[in-house]
Amino acid sequence: MTIRARVTGAFLAAVLSTTAFNGAFAAEDTIKVGILHSLSGTMAISETTLKDAMLMLIDEQNKKGGLLGKKLEAVVVDPASDWPLFAEKARELISVDKVSAVFGCWTSVSRKSVLPVFEELNSILFYPVQYEGEESQRNVFYTGAAPNQQAIPAVDYLMENEEVERWVLAGTDYVYPRTTNKILEAYLISKGVKPEDIMINYTPFGHSDWQTIVSDIKKFGSAGKKTAVVSTINGDANVPFYKELGNQGIKAEDIPVVAFSVGEEELAGLDTGPLVGHLAAWNYFQSVDNPANAEFIKTWKAYTKSDKRVTNDPMEAHYIGFNMWLKAVEKAGTTDTDAVLDAMIGISVPNLSGGYSTMMPNHHITKPVLIGEIQSDGQFETVWETPGLVVGDEWSDYLPDSKDLISDWRAPMSCGNFNVATGKCGGKGS
Amino acid sequence: MYRILQTVLVALFLFTAVPSGLRAEEALRDLVNALGEAKLSDMDEHIAALAKTGDPKVVAILEALGEGNLYARKADGQVFLTKESGSSLSLTDPVSGEAAGEAPKAALSKVKVNNGVRRAVRTALGSLTLLSPDRNARLKAAQSVLQSPNAEALGAIENALAGEKDGEVRTLLEQARATTLLISERPVEEKREAVRTLKERGGRGALSILSSALGSADETLKPDIEAALASIEQDQALWAAAQNVWYGLSLGSVLLLAAIGLAITFGVMGIINMAHGEMVMLGAYTTFLVQEVLRSSFPGLFDWSLAIALPLAFLVTGAVGLAMERGVIRFLYGRPLETLLATWGISLILQQSVRTIFGPTNREVGNPSWMSGAFELGGLTITWNRLWIILFALAVFAALMFLLRKTPMGLQMRAVTQNRRMASSMGIRTPWVDALTFALGSGIAGMAGVALSQIDNVSPNLGQGYIIDSFMVVVFGGVGNLWGTLVGAFSLGILNKFLEPYAGAVLGKILVLVLIILFIQKRPRGLFALKGRAVEA
Repeated sequence: MTIRARVTGAFLAAVLSTTAFNGAFAAEDTIKVGILHSLSGTMAISETTLKDAMLMLIDEQNKKGGLLGKKLEAVVVDPASDWPLFAEKARELISVDKVSAVFGCWTSVSRKSVLPVFEELNSILFYPVQYEGEESQRNVFYTGAAPNQQAIPAVDYLMENEEVERWVLAGTDYVYPRTTNKILEAYLISKGVKPEDIMINYTPFGHSDWQTIVSDIKKFGSAGKKTAVVSTINGDANVPFYKELGNQGIKAEDIPVVAFSVGEEELAGLDTGPLVGHLAAWNYFQSVDNPANAEFIKTWKAYTKSDKRVTNDPMEAHYIGFNMWLKAVEKAGTTDTDAVLDAMIGISVPNLSGGYSTMMPNHHITKPVLIGEIQSDGQFETVWETPGLVVGDEWSDYLPDSKDLISDWRAPMSCGNFNVATGKCGGKGS
Repeated sequence: MYRILQTVLVALFLFTAVPSGLRAEEALRDLVNALGEAKLSDMDEHIAALAKTGDPKVVAILEALGEGNLYARKADGQVFLTKESGSSLSLTDPVSGEAAGEAPKAALSKVKVNNGVRRAVRTALGSLTLLSPDRNARLKAAQSVLQSPNAEALGAIENALAGEKDGEVRTLLEQARATTLLISERPVEEKREAVRTLKERGGRGALSILSSALGSADETLKPDIEAALASIEQDQALWAAAQNVWYGLSLGSVLLLAAIGLAITFGVMGIINMAHGEMVMLGAYTTFLVQEVLRSSFPGLFDWSLAIALPLAFLVTGAVGLAMERGVIRFLYGRPLETLLATWGISLILQQSVRTIFGPTNREVGNPSWMSGAFELGGLTITWNRLWIILFALAVFAALMFLLRKTPMGLQMRAVTQNRRMASSMGIRTPWVDALTFALGSGIAGMAGVALSQIDNVSPNLGQGYIIDSFMVVVFGGVGNLWGTLVGAFSLGILNKFLEPYAGAVLGKILVLVLIILFIQKRPRGLFALKGRAVEA
């Protein structure tokens, strides 16, 4: 009895002391920011960099005095490239760590898996990666490109400047390439391209034997019309794909490849000599020449203590998203979710490609679109850019299911899928 | 009087001759400097104007432009040929050809090029160098006029053809002439001849040229073109089948390389080694390290990097394998489930440590020059790296066979796996043989990693992509039989490549898996089952 009492007492004391400690910790008063990026597993290759970028941004902000007079504190979790774990970790960040906003996710499937959590616990997610669109959620801000901010301008560029008439749409077999290719196919056909001039090809994740497909592309390209490849091939599969292209002698002058998932980071693992002239469409390149970008690159290299680290488009998206959130919190004077959600719309911050990005009522942002050619040093050279900013279009106008839908999260509409034909909130999609 | 006359003449000479040379130079300089300010869309005209001067200096200028080595000085708009030297660029005057000092990159802006500009450069260079005294330059020129035909160049091609002696260049030029003829305004008869030349050439290139010519061709010419197209296509179909076999062999060799180490650790020893893929990955990272050292210290040896990496990878992964066997696996013999879990754990540990040390991103492993590019063999395109990998896989297989069959160590290994107690009674130190066998299997996986680093990503996930395929090959070929692994790998490779064009890569892979499942139902021990007492034991 006495022993048990003593044990219970000790236990209680321990609990009390931890709460006291927690209390003391809270008294220091920080604003917590959640970082939800995979640090292990297959997606670590892309997502680890974003975690580092976020830590750097938070660090820099603290040097400037934090936010609302408080220091920012990063809470990093590792969802390990495991989609259900993303939802668990998101729940942990929001309900245990009480973060004010979360920056995270890369793949669409991980985003879809955390959506219900953010909705249920009413928190904020900033999603920094180009994606297939067809979604607009009250609790999510999409700082990456929607299809009309990447895929469609790229196709336009090829049609106008390279006079391409035949198209290979090659992608990894999952939701982003499939939806993007569906949109592109509809778009190309609406531009008068014949269906037999479009070849669609899907490969599994991590596909490494590209011999047949590359030779198919060669064959498809020998029909006497200018041919281009639009690649939504994801992650690791790109390196063997480009190696095979180089070895089979497909030159960019003959059959250019424009990629939507290949950035500076992916090229870092490649000898880019044979790839010069192949294209990528993004909203930011490290090579963009302006003072804000130069400053960002300098800070990044200093932060990572490596001269070789490159910057890329999703990093810029986090940069924009983070600065928007800071501004919105300052405007709202609180980190309360509802107040920040309201304050976010219309917020405008400088981006790194030399202009301003604005948060639109559909929770997507305005961005310039850049087309770059791969250089032998692994960087891109901008060969074309949209004359102005492009507003992210969440519901594609080229898909029959979504062409009537719009999204506007301002009161009184407050709807992510308003059907203009029926005049009601709630259509296809989510 | 005479003297005055002389002076006047000299003066006249100076006034006319020298300035005219200078004037040409100035004109060229203006043209070159104009490149620095031109918009990408106007570059075509500027390049054509440069080519029109016919000045031999233009070749070097255009080459530099195509390679992105042309920079304009921001201060005065002068355009220079440049060469990288450290963090700055060393400049060469494009007109005089003299060195013009060095300048930091920030003071220069690159003359922008895109694919369109590169194409224009290729076309211009093609017709400029057709008469070059250097045979290789002429060959390249002939290739480029063939690739980007331009009706205006027809005269130049015919001119070059008349004086050409070299057989290979001649053939190319004839094809180039035929191609250019088709888009020119020449009479139908000549075009018909051209169609015949292209038909003889065959291949995808001819197919492409003829089908684009078909649309705009004269009515009387159309049947000829269609007949030529049909005959080339028939040829191509045959070659395509041969090409598919080649791709299958190549995929098979990759499977063989990935599986052969596993054929030892899993096939011969019966250890379900989930960390096998990580051994491949460690081998690839060894190659990366070797190349890093060579790049920084001995750049001349780069072409030898793989030869140096091979033994090192074998030793590194062999040592890791040895440590694994001594440290973990030997306590788990006879408990396959625990072995599976333990080796899987080790695989995760290895992956994450590599990720921590080298970072999660891909590492660049370069191809030595003898492994880059491709050559044509009839209608086949054979890439060098694939050819070497097939040869390497077969060599590793042969060496392993030799080791197992002809050496005392191989004899001991076979003895231990066939009847451990008997071998032990004969004085063989079975624990050591186990350890060495496991190390050998791991070491071979490491060597496979060196080869695979040439075609795949070098990232911490490298091994994961191969582990399933490796098990598939070993199980399909028959556990415990190296020949089974060989035949299994190549037949799966070829099967996969024949399914892929019809079913697509995703469905093709699924079909292969389904077929293997059905096959295993029928023959649970794989293609080549071991017979005899050892199996029942």
